[in-house]
Amino acid sequence: MFEIEKIKVQYLSKLNEPIDQNRLNEIKTELFGKNGILSKKFKELGSIPEENRKNYASELNLLKNELQELIIKKNEEIQNQEINKKLKDDNIDITLPGRSYFNGKIHPVSQVIDEVTSIFSEIGFSVEEGPDVESEYYNFSALNTPENHPARDMHDTFYLDYSKDLLLRTHTSPVQVRTMLKSKPPFKIIAPGRTYRHDSDQTHSPMFHQLEGLHIDKNINMGHLKGCLYYFVKKFFEVDKVKIRFRPSHFPFTEPSAEVDIGYKINDGKIKIGEGDNWLEILGCGMVHPNVLKNAKVNPNQYQGYAFGVGIDRLAMLKYGINDLRAFFDSDIRWLKFYGFDPLDIPTNYRGLSR
Amino acid sequence: MITSLSWLKNHLDTKANINQVAERLTEIGLEVERVNSSNTNLDSFIICKIVKSQKHPNADKLKLCDVDVGSGKIIKVVCGAENARDGLFTVYAPPGTVIPVNNMKLKIAKIRGIESHGMLCSGYELKQSSDKEGIIELSKKEKKIGEKYFQNSGEKTLDISITPNRPDCLGVRGLARDLASSGLGKLKKSSLIKLDQNFKSPIKVSIKKDKEQGCGIFGSIYIKDVKNKESPDWLKKRILSLGLKPISAIVDITNFIMFDLNRPLHAYDADKINKEIIVRNSSNGESFEALDNKKYTLQNNMCAITDKSGVLGLGGIIGGTSSGTEFSTKNIFLESAYFFPAHIRKTSKILNIDTDAKYRFERGIDPDSIKLGLELGARMIIDICGGKASKISIEGKIKDERKTINLETEKFFKIIGFSITTTEIKKILSSLGCSLKINGKKMKILPPTWRPDINEDIDLIEELARIKGYDKVPLINPEKESIKETLNNKQKVFHFAQRSVASKGYVETVTWSFTDSRIDNLFSELKKEIKLSNPISSDLDVLRSSLYTNLIIGAKKNIHRNYEDLMLFEIGPVFKGSKPGEQLTMIGAIKTGKQSRKNWIEKERNFDVYDIKNDALRVLNDVGVNSEKIFVSNKTKKWYHPGRSGLLSLGSSSGPELAYFGEIHPFIISKLDLKTDNVLGFEIILDNLPDSRKKIRETKPQYIISDYQKVVRDFAFVIDEKYSSGEIINLVKKINKELIKEVKIFDVYQGENIEAGKKSIAFNVILEPKDKTLSDNDIEEISKKIISKVQESTGAKLRS
Repeated sequence: MFEIEKIKVQYLSKLNEPIDQNRLNEIKTELFGKNGILSKKFKELGSIPEENRKNYASELNLLKNELQELIIKKNEEIQNQEINKKLKDDNIDITLPGRSYFNGKIHPVSQVIDEVTSIFSEIGFSVEEGPDVESEYYNFSALNTPENHPARDMHDTFYLDYSKDLLLRTHTSPVQVRTMLKSKPPFKIIAPGRTYRHDSDQTHSPMFHQLEGLHIDKNINMGHLKGCLYYFVKKFFEVDKVKIRFRPSHFPFTEPSAEVDIGYKINDGKIKIGEGDNWLEILGCGMVHPNVLKNAKVNPNQYQGYAFGVGIDRLAMLKYGINDLRAFFDSDIRWLKFYGFDPLDIPTNYRGLSR
Repeated sequence: MITSLSWLKNHLDTKANINQVAERLTEIGLEVERVNSSNTNLDSFIICKIVKSQKHPNADKLKLCDVDVGSGKIIKVVCGAENARDGLFTVYAPPGTVIPVNNMKLKIAKIRGIESHGMLCSGYELKQSSDKEGIIELSKKEKKIGEKYFQNSGEKTLDISITPNRPDCLGVRGLARDLASSGLGKLKKSSLIKLDQNFKSPIKVSIKKDKEQGCGIFGSIYIKDVKNKESPDWLKKRILSLGLKPISAIVDITNFIMFDLNRPLHAYDADKINKEIIVRNSSNGESFEALDNKKYTLQNNMCAITDKSGVLGLGGIIGGTSSGTEFSTKNIFLESAYFFPAHIRKTSKILNIDTDAKYRFERGIDPDSIKLGLELGARMIIDICGGKASKISIEGKIKDERKTINLETEKFFKIIGFSITTTEIKKILSSLGCSLKINGKKMKILPPTWRPDINEDIDLIEELARIKGYDKVPLINPEKESIKETLNNKQKVFHFAQRSVASKGYVETVTWSFTDSRIDNLFSELKKEIKLSNPISSDLDVLRSSLYTNLIIGAKKNIHRNYEDLMLFEIGPVFKGSKPGEQLTMIGAIKTGKQSRKNWIEKERNFDVYDIKNDALRVLNDVGVNSEKIFVSNKTKKWYHPGRSGLLSLGSSSGPELAYFGEIHPFIISKLDLKTDNVLGFEIILDNLPDSRKKIRETKPQYIISDYQKVVRDFAFVIDEKYSSGEIINLVKKINKELIKEVKIFDVYQGENIEAGKKSIAFNVILEPKDKTLSDNDIEEISKKIISKVQESTGAKLRS
């Protein structure tokens, strides 16, 4: 028994001295190695008299556990010390920049098309497209704008041939007719796309973007048109209340026709949409003219509905405070990075249209 | 259309003020664009004289003029007009002036390096004529340098935008009628016109029965012994309020009646007419000098008003100088006619003439107003200038095209969404001039002669809705149910691909669909370029056949501003023909410059072909093309570096072409002066992407989780240089598709220690067992297979 006590005292003191990992390993071997002191003692158990053996073994086990625990603890201590020692000198200048990367962006026009699509998707519209090059028929005649109609003056047109039969569409409205001709009513579609007018100055670009909307069913009246556009304007500008004015106007392909103005005010040089005493025209709309339905092989006695057209670039300018339309199409990397959107910024209903 | 409150009150009994009138006009579809206060802006335009004009030192088409603006002050103005010349009296607008035609405020501006203090104005810019060609040339009477060009009418005016369906509102009375109908006052009755008419007009009129004769009715009256003079003040004020300049009583009266009643008239100096008036089709080559001082040469079948000597004017469009009235005019022949709108439009388009008369006739003039116009015209002329009127002559007749329209009250509700009573319908439509026959709920309605736009019930419904007010239309909340999915497959791929490319670091640009043919041809395989017949400028003359054209033009602009490390892309149409539908949807992306530039942590590195190839592959993967199925080959297009470009196709080198990638041809880069030698790009042909009907979840097999370790083994061969890495990778993969997960090239070397014509290629093979841990024997076995396969197929030698 005395021997065990002696080992205990001896090794507790050895372990409590300041030691390094090597010394700790030596101690470990001295105690628990093949010929270690404690290993030997366990081997000798058989030679201990029967009456003392149990007691002796229990003492021996206690000592073994105590020393083992202490070694583990010591081991951890030493390792921590060593890491701490390393860390002490391991400093870098974390203000240095990392490796090069490039941030991509989505153009404001694309972003707004996605926003608008998301909004109309919520109320059951699907997306249709049409060609950029159109025939005179789809762009004008089918839309109740016969040759020599003065309304054609409002569309300065790019032509591709001298007989003026092929042209760049001046609006997205031809998609109405194409959509109706290839399927059967009801129709509930939007059609975003490029449009072209022979007009180029500081506020006009010869190419711009429009969004066409068309809803045809058996009982769609002007009240539905109003409801749809209120919904759209509120959602798009992300405001709870919005001041909107429907004003009678004229488009050959709708009757009655209306232009829609939204109220705005200027606060600290920034435009605030939806309130105020100024009016800003944002879109044209109306009930689809029976002649257009006829041209699209839809029976106007059974079906009726509304159509609207809105300028996408203009929406983008209003919502995101962009002044210069021409800059949209100028590929200036500084502008694109400034007004562009993160590709992960996908407009959705649940996450909010914009950040 | 411009009018003032006092003019409106000639026709309308109302207590409303100008703002109330403006608001109501807008509410009923006659949009008031501006209420102009008595136009102090117009006061800034000054009569001036060009003292000296010389060529602008930096521009061939511009002139630098010294302009006398009064009290000896000489100002420098840059002017582009051809007729700017020494000694010319014209109109000067100082900085700060708002130009009427476009509402732009003038600033002192440098034009091609020289400061221009203000501007010399054309009639078009002052909204006085359609003449854009040159600056105004003032006659002798106006040579009062430094004086105001416009005299002030002193009254606020309303500037109203009239839609093309409402010719009747191009006259003040039409506006008054609409206002009265909407309840803002009462339309005054027109007073009876009394004239003594004791003799027949000495000038015979005939309308020739030509094919497609443009004149339907030609009414006229002869007024003898007049004394033309300046208009009385009240008339001058009316004319000034229109933004026009008073000319003489006779001209002012015809203008007044045109704006008052929308009834264009034309006054001839009767003594200048050779015997008789013949309205006939012109023949090719006939010409005349018009009142805008231009000579027009006519084509066949234009509607000419002629006499025995030749063409006097173009019916309904413009009169000629040869028969124009002057202050000395003694006898007047006054014309009031009806010309067919389509005919007017066609002629004026061909000759490019825009006049107030043409604008009205092409929209449709009330054919019933001919007599009224002549009587009122004659009465006013006699009242102001004296003289005696002849009997009225009216030649020709047109068919009354008006139809009686059946209207059912329910239809109004069905289209507009709120209901209207028969009484209201009756009140509104009759106040607009319609005649109604009512039989219970059925109504028969005849529109007035001045409303050519009303032809069917929907036109009447619009009238009713507009007068009742669109604010009465109820707001019906949209239903949420959809008829079909928002996007079809192609559209989904478009949106996915767009954001996928951006997520690789590319900045999206949107550029015009037309471009410069000289650059586009470099990227085109079209036999014939797609030319615009009326391009906006000569460097935007074709529809683009490649997205590279505008991307390179854009990149060049940025590079020249020293933004040289660029990643740009566009997604959109390119054109393959000039017919609808001959277009493809593509992605074009370019990168130029360096991936990393002088940097403490990285070496400088140019973007290279392997960057662009990876970008293209990753986008294709993102949009759902299985990378296993993408085949890389060295097929290429003429605009790429022939040895540093390739094709990604589906399945095999002859499969559908998904994307081209590579270095842009050095030839193109040097030709375009890009200031870089490193431009890379890829083009994805979105229309060629496989249109998978199945969802990804449907095509994926069950995933089997493997507990077994993966094993990596390295190999190195010396091989004939003709073999591409792709071939070797495919060769190795085929040995055991289940087990060999990936083959990765980690070294390619040619040069010292390697025989000429050969290369060393080293790769590792990643083995992923599914059913057991690979034993040394298993690994040995597959390694042997790999070595022998590569050696047998290519004659390669294993490197030790």
